[in-house]
Amino acid sequence: MKYVDEYRDRTLAATLADRITQMVRRPWTIMEVCGGQTHAIVRFGLDALLPPNLTLVHGPGCPVCVTPIGLIDQALQLASLPRVIFCSFGDMLRVPGSQGDLFGVKAAGGDVRIVYSPLDALELARANPDREVVCFAVGFETTAPAYAMAAIQARRLGLTNFSLLAAHVLVPPAMEAILSAPGCLVQGFLAAGHVCTVMGYEEYEDLARRYRVPIVVTGFEPIDILEGIAMLVRQLEEGRAVVENQYARSVRREGNVAAQAAVREVFEPTLRAWRGIGDIPQSGLRLTPAYAGFDAAVRFRDALAQAGSVGAEDPDCRSGLVLQGLLKPPDCPAFATRCTPERPLGAPMVSSEGACAAYYRYRRGAGHGARGERQSA
Amino acid sequence: MADDQALHLHCSVPVRSATVQLAHGGGGRLMQELIRDVFVRAFDNPMLAQLHDGAVFPVEQGALAFTTDSYVVSPLFFPGGDIGSLAVHGTINDLAMCGAMPLYLSAGFILEEGLSMETLRNVVDSMAKAAKEAGVRVVTGDTKVVDRGKGDGIFINTAGVGVMPPGIRIGPQEVKAGDAILLSGDLGSHGLAVMSVREGLRFTGEIESDSAPLHRVVRDLLECGVPVHCLRDLTRGGLASALNELAVGANAGMTIEEPLIPVRESVRGACELLGLDPLYVANEGRFIAFVQESHEDEALAAMRRHKVAHQAVRIGTVTEDCPSIVVLRTVLGTHRILDLLSGEQLPRIC
Ligand code: SF4
Repeated sequence: MKYVDEYRDRTLAATLADRITQMVRRPWTIMEVCGGQTHAIVRFGLDALLPPNLTLVHGPGCPVCVTPIGLIDQALQLASLPRVIFCSFGDMLRVPGSQGDLFGVKAAGGDVRIVYSPLDALELARANPDREVVCFAVGFETTAPAYAMAAIQARRLGLTNFSLLAAHVLVPPAMEAILSAPGCLVQGFLAAGHVCTVMGYEEYEDLARRYRVPIVVTGFEPIDILEGIAMLVRQLEEGRAVVENQYARSVRREGNVAAQAAVREVFEPTLRAWRGIGDIPQSGLRLTPAYAGFDAAVRFRDALAQAGSVGAEDPDCRSGLVLQGLLKPPDCPAFATRCTPERPLGAPMVSSEGACAAYYRYRRGAGHGARGERQSA
Repeated sequence: MADDQALHLHCSVPVRSATVQLAHGGGGRLMQELIRDVFVRAFDNPMLAQLHDGAVFPVEQGALAFTTDSYVVSPLFFPGGDIGSLAVHGTINDLAMCGAMPLYLSAGFILEEGLSMETLRNVVDSMAKAAKEAGVRVVTGDTKVVDRGKGDGIFINTAGVGVMPPGIRIGPQEVKAGDAILLSGDLGSHGLAVMSVREGLRFTGEIESDSAPLHRVVRDLLECGVPVHCLRDLTRGGLASALNELAVGANAGMTIEEPLIPVRESVRGACELLGLDPLYVANEGRFIAFVQESHEDEALAAMRRHKVAHQAVRIGTVTEDCPSIVVLRTVLGTHRILDLLSGEQLPRIC
């Protein structure tokens, strides 16, 4: 992990920030799509280094935040079933469904386990042949290959007690939805480097062309993000709108072809509701008919149909606006008052990559860095 | 009738059983055997050997410090330690953070039926070793056995008493603006070591717990004449939580320099991977000291003489502005709040 330091170099950050400041002649609004980047921007105070006429808005790139409440409710129902071991990444456990969260189900006796990889869940299924192991498959293109591999492996092993509750979402359709929404503020995108590591960036070229919006594939470390912003600003100032790759150390135009093939074997695109935003065509992944046996929605159809979902969001939560870059978390009336990480009204206040949580954690009581003094090295 | 049954039950249980049985907590012969063969043998000292209801010991004039803590770690054994040594170090450190020199500990065991006797012996031997190395004695104790499934193998409670040197005033209310904030060593090893075994994670480079007793380094710090205003060990919630608690307790602000905080490369890598922040990860052998700024160098020199604190560094300053708030100067030179977490840190999604 030695490589981290050089991407957190203070002198280099100051140089890049100065370069950006010199380049910006007109006000611009750019969006970082990915929650990991939002987190890094707020954690390292990157926006405090930028000129005031360059506005960063935060995108829908936190998979925890955009998982629709109906799917969370399904997760809660499945996790409550007596024979089920329900596996999830840690972040999902605190996300409120319409009646409680997975932690609540665990406290009430449900067998909910935190896993670090879908293959851990597969192991659990092998070790517990008399139990049903259901894995909450949440994430973007980044994690989809690992879930696909788990399903392929489960089929190879002939496991009949393993299934996925498919909740994956795809980034480009969400970017298109943001661009085509009325009142869209976004003039350029930092695209998520990890997503492109898997998928490449060919599909972004079409978006850039059709919407005349520059897109820079960008990594996650502070220097990556500043470099990505510099590349984006240069395009904006020069009136260009193409896809550029800041994250060349990890991303190739065609992406990881083997990973894409695994995803295509197991999943297919489908219409998906995004929490707070609404339905976006072709923006989710569901299991293909060949893998229906590993689809929790099919396998537990009866149990799921019985309970149903209320699907009620808290009416005060503006997460839809936050996720589309139309509202900054501190401008939500509930921020840090009715809505806190202890009692979240919406998912962006829960997830470690959620914009509301990032602002709550690093920015509350503004003045301490909201626009802190700029430091030269 | 009931007595007959009880008698029958005792007779049917093998005397030298390989696992803990309910009868080991029943107060009968088996329990006596357990106490004699496992606890008294391991903790070996005349006060405990009396097998009295409590321990009687002489006290010096002045003040005593007294503390208790319970240990429920899973797994019981992890790289660099186990629940037994942890239960000894933890209570010693709580006393040390008051400025006291620990003397005597109690040990309460809640054992789960079916626990292997070998595991119990290993844990107890490790406790005895830790106590001996630290120069404290386990002088009284208690054992209960709960039904299988009602415990997690072993829970241990330790309480401890220690003597306070005269004239010591240590506590959050003593923290003053301008104080230097010293950190005794690198962060995060304990939490990551436990997590690596619990979750079956394989990290490149062994990460071992930092579990260690801190009373000797604290003693030297106090004896070298440095005005020490407050001490705090960095257990659950790590550095960030301790700083926040003290900032509120002292009604003071604090500025911390992120680049100065030592975190081992392997720990940092593992944290990056899991989406954890080492500033919030638990430690069992690290502490912070608030000392008068003019004595910073002597304090650091005193700390660095000890192996457990040889990496001691200054990481920040107590300030007058923004009371109760901890501000972190990031590696990029920007400022942000270092806040309390709302719950436990959870590994992130991608
Ligand atoms: S602050 Fe809370 S209520 Fe407001 S948008 Fe964020 S999650 Fe929703």
